[in-house]
Amino acid sequence: MTLLLQANTFSLFSVNDLRLIAPELILTMCGCIALVMEVILPYKKSKWTAYFALTGIALAAFSLVMLWSGNRDSLPLSGFYGMVRIDGFALLFKFIFLVAAALAIGIATRFLDIEGEQHGEYYALVLFATVGMMFLGSGYDLILLYISLELMALTFYVLVAFTKREKRSNEAAMKYFLLGAFSSGILLYGMSLLYGIAGSTNVGEIGQSVAAIVGSVKTAEAGDAIKGLRPMLLLGMIALAAGLFFKISAVPFHMWAPDAYEGAPTSVTAFLSTGSKAASFALYARIFISALGDMRADWAPLLGLVAAITIFVGNWGAVTQENSKRLLAYSSISNAGYLLLGLVAGNLYGYVGIFIYLLVYTLMNMGAFGIVISLRRRGIIGDNVDDMAGLAHKAPGMAAMMAIFMLSLGGLPLTGGFMGKYYLLLGLWQRGQVEGKASGKTWYYWLAGWAIINIVISFYYYLRFIKVMYLGDRIADDKPLSLSPALRTALAVSVLGIIIIGVYPQPIISFAQDLIRQWMH
Amino acid sequence: MLKFNIHILSIVTWLPVLGGIIIIALFKKDKATLIKRFATVWLGLDFVASLYLWFRYDSGLGGMQFLEDHQWIPVIGARYQMGADGVSVLLILLTTLLGVIAALSSWEYIQKREKEYYALLLFLQAAVLGVFSSMDMFLFYLFFEVSLVPMYFLVGIWGGENRLYAAIKFFLYTLVGSVVMLLGILKMYFLTQDPDVYSKITPATINLLAGNPAAAAIVNNTVTAAAHGGTFNIIYLQAMGSVLPMDVVQVLLFFAFALGFAIKVPMFPFHTWLPDAHVEAPTAGSVILAGILLKLGTYGFYRFNIPMFPAASIDEKYFGSFGVRSVMIFLAIISIIYGALAAMYFVVKKDGDVKKLVAYSSVSSMGVVMLGLFALNPNGLNGAVMQMINHGIYSAALFLLVGIIYERRHTRNVAEFGGLSHVMPGYAAVFLAMVMTAIGLPLLAVFISEFLALRGAFEANPFWAGWGTLGIILNAGYFLWLYQRMFFGTVDNPKNQKLSDLNWREWVYMTPLLILSLWIGCYPKVFMNYISKPVNAVVKQVRPAYPIPGMTTPSLPIDSRTTGQPLSPGQLPQGFTIQPH
Repeated sequence: MTLLLQANTFSLFSVNDLRLIAPELILTMCGCIALVMEVILPYKKSKWTAYFALTGIALAAFSLVMLWSGNRDSLPLSGFYGMVRIDGFALLFKFIFLVAAALAIGIATRFLDIEGEQHGEYYALVLFATVGMMFLGSGYDLILLYISLELMALTFYVLVAFTKREKRSNEAAMKYFLLGAFSSGILLYGMSLLYGIAGSTNVGEIGQSVAAIVGSVKTAEAGDAIKGLRPMLLLGMIALAAGLFFKISAVPFHMWAPDAYEGAPTSVTAFLSTGSKAASFALYARIFISALGDMRADWAPLLGLVAAITIFVGNWGAVTQENSKRLLAYSSISNAGYLLLGLVAGNLYGYVGIFIYLLVYTLMNMGAFGIVISLRRRGIIGDNVDDMAGLAHKAPGMAAMMAIFMLSLGGLPLTGGFMGKYYLLLGLWQRGQVEGKASGKTWYYWLAGWAIINIVISFYYYLRFIKVMYLGDRIADDKPLSLSPALRTALAVSVLGIIIIGVYPQPIISFAQDLIRQWMH
Repeated sequence: MLKFNIHILSIVTWLPVLGGIIIIALFKKDKATLIKRFATVWLGLDFVASLYLWFRYDSGLGGMQFLEDHQWIPVIGARYQMGADGVSVLLILLTTLLGVIAALSSWEYIQKREKEYYALLLFLQAAVLGVFSSMDMFLFYLFFEVSLVPMYFLVGIWGGENRLYAAIKFFLYTLVGSVVMLLGILKMYFLTQDPDVYSKITPATINLLAGNPAAAAIVNNTVTAAAHGGTFNIIYLQAMGSVLPMDVVQVLLFFAFALGFAIKVPMFPFHTWLPDAHVEAPTAGSVILAGILLKLGTYGFYRFNIPMFPAASIDEKYFGSFGVRSVMIFLAIISIIYGALAAMYFVVKKDGDVKKLVAYSSVSSMGVVMLGLFALNPNGLNGAVMQMINHGIYSAALFLLVGIIYERRHTRNVAEFGGLSHVMPGYAAVFLAMVMTAIGLPLLAVFISEFLALRGAFEANPFWAGWGTLGIILNAGYFLWLYQRMFFGTVDNPKNQKLSDLNWREWVYMTPLLILSLWIGCYPKVFMNYISKPVNAVVKQVRPAYPIPGMTTPSLPIDSRTTGQPLSPGQLPQGFTIQPH
């Protein structure tokens, strides 16, 4: 502490700034302790590490709440020379990450038992990945954002290969690593261009420079030098967009997702498809809204087009899949497309839509993968759609939950998935009206129509799960499901969350809306 | 008692859900007998509760009654608002009655997974009742779309051989319509925030559509509470539609909603899911599908398309030589004739399926409803609404009768039967009564509704009525032919020698339908009383200049649009309270 105080006198950073990263600090510390615990505890008691990690997440959540409630009116808070910025956006995303991490640990304990890979490192890695995500939420500087992204990505490379005796897992990790490193490179290239143009790595300052350049193009008297920056800016934007399309598995950079999702241990797949995607999205939103906000007219059509294609390709890819993990991978591709709609909309409805949808998506995907895990037993892989045959006879409760997850993924009313999609469409439609009046652009309506028609296609494959579980009389096998208290709890939490958000979304929406409104001003 | 008046629609809607949850939570899988008795009694209870609506609906007052209003999701302007006009009351009663009958008819037919079956039946019932009693479009859409799920399971689990295909086809086909409708709903929602639009809405329109001061007060309060942040109140949306200019937006909106409902009706060319679903569905599924789910479509036209887009509904020149109404009328007439011809084909065909025949006759019959609706005059609309009820009665009865013979013979092939009147005289008599109802014999229900609908069509354009009549003649042709082939002649097929006649349970559930058919046929005034006021309001909304004898526009003492204040409880008629916002 004295050291820190000393540091304060040298004004490296203010001690007060530490409050801003308290949740991250707690998680990091818990992660380190978890590593030590793994060494001390005998193999049979490795599960204690899981419970310890859950405690850590709970503490982090608590400190996050304290951070919010203590500064409700003074947001945004800025610290570390503007590198960290706590605003409504960051708080909401951090909330999603913590939910995702907790659920990921909840469904992992059982899975690792079955695999015989119950090691404490797993939970430490999950915590470190979460730290990376958390910083992606609150980072306000390109360097911090990049480092956090790499922290998250590196831990995921290890996690994907966690079942090290399995070929598929290793193969998936290799693919994921190569493509991930490649995309990071492109992303970094875009960032360096931005830095070159703006002369700063701070997102806010970049935003101002971009505004100046975009504004100067419109006015005639500005010098040629500043006008000449525009093509570079466009190149930077495209490089950033491409790098991020990789991360959120949007078309045309989606090919890695099905392979990585299929090969990775199921509990990692679940975390990868929710937490990692949400974090990449946070980065995406931060850069495109805060740094490149004035280039909306340039990137909105690009993102809109990519969203439209992503939704479609994801859906068609899923239609023919037999493996449920692959199917869910394609479904997550199409969901990335839906999430992009929120950015294209770029208004209050759209941003609230992103938050609600990401939260619900986290719950339902975790739930779905949790069910897939419960089908896995020693010697039985259980990740084909067909392995769920007759689940309604064998385990009616599980089948009902899976049915709810699937209907919610499709977006049936009374489930959270509907509210998320509804908000995204609401935002898109509103943007369409604004743009329509201002410049006569109608493609926003077409995009909304396209997105909504694609819901029908998605129901075709989501209903396949329900079909095999309920409609047939055949039962895949009569061995009991492998459940554990943690898995049960995780599933119950997911189902409850989905139904509450679906039936009475008022509290959560108005909470998010207040925070986002504050952030937008 | 007054409390009851406010909550009755919620009670009727949610009671089946409670029953379904009880079945899932408390009953063991193997207690099939207990479950089916419980479900039937529970649905009977719901029917009794809905009778309250029948007795307490003030048809002299008209308009939306039994109003309930709660805050629900204010951020998007959705409220939990329930209300029913005379048309809804009749449809709700039809639904609860058919619910009991469907449960009774399943006692023998359903031999596996009874627990899930009866729970789903109850959930389906709730979803449909919710559709008929919502006064908020968001709520309506919720019920409308959720109703797909239980029906998907009913067809998919307990259906015939090709059930998987039929179930997914039913689900996706109807989903296409409802998602397109969702886009229309989004647009309507944003229009309620547009000052250029809502400033034109006159209190007179709201009063006309609400029908009584209490309903108008709820609309006013909703709008005041929403503070132009968007609302889904159906009456307000209807009033708003009447001020929309007749341009491409209105036409697109009309078709967005029309697609959703036309698929449900189903109108040619969106009918192809219906025969598949019917053929594969279990008897009770068919009863509910034909009796109730199809009405969701026509009810949608009555409640949304026509009053909400009056200019488009009556338009006959938007596309040059024809207009929106011409499209609807054209499709209705095609449906009538195509349905009848297709049904006729299944009498002649070597392995004609009786169920398919009844399914196609439904297409034809719902065409009559659409023709009556788009006649856009009191006779046409009255006829159309009555036809909805009557079709619910006779098609349900025919599906039940087909189910009865299927239970005994495990075939529905017309060619397999012959001379059944010798073996099963009671069955033959009931079948005859229902066939006579279906072809519109005077003194039986359908005569009244078809007569009115066609008379309305005739007033609008004699040719339309002419085509409609042609369909009805064809209708009579194939039904009589079917009856002749199945019941007259000698018993050629040895398998038909020893069929047992109707048992007590079958008599129990056929009797109310027979009574209703005769009652509506002989004395329709009781039923017409319920619907005449709401129907007149719709006509007035579409054609303000149309003379309707004895109709006065109800007026409201004050209006929130001029005062900017919500109505205080003292200004409301007794018995209505307003929920705090």
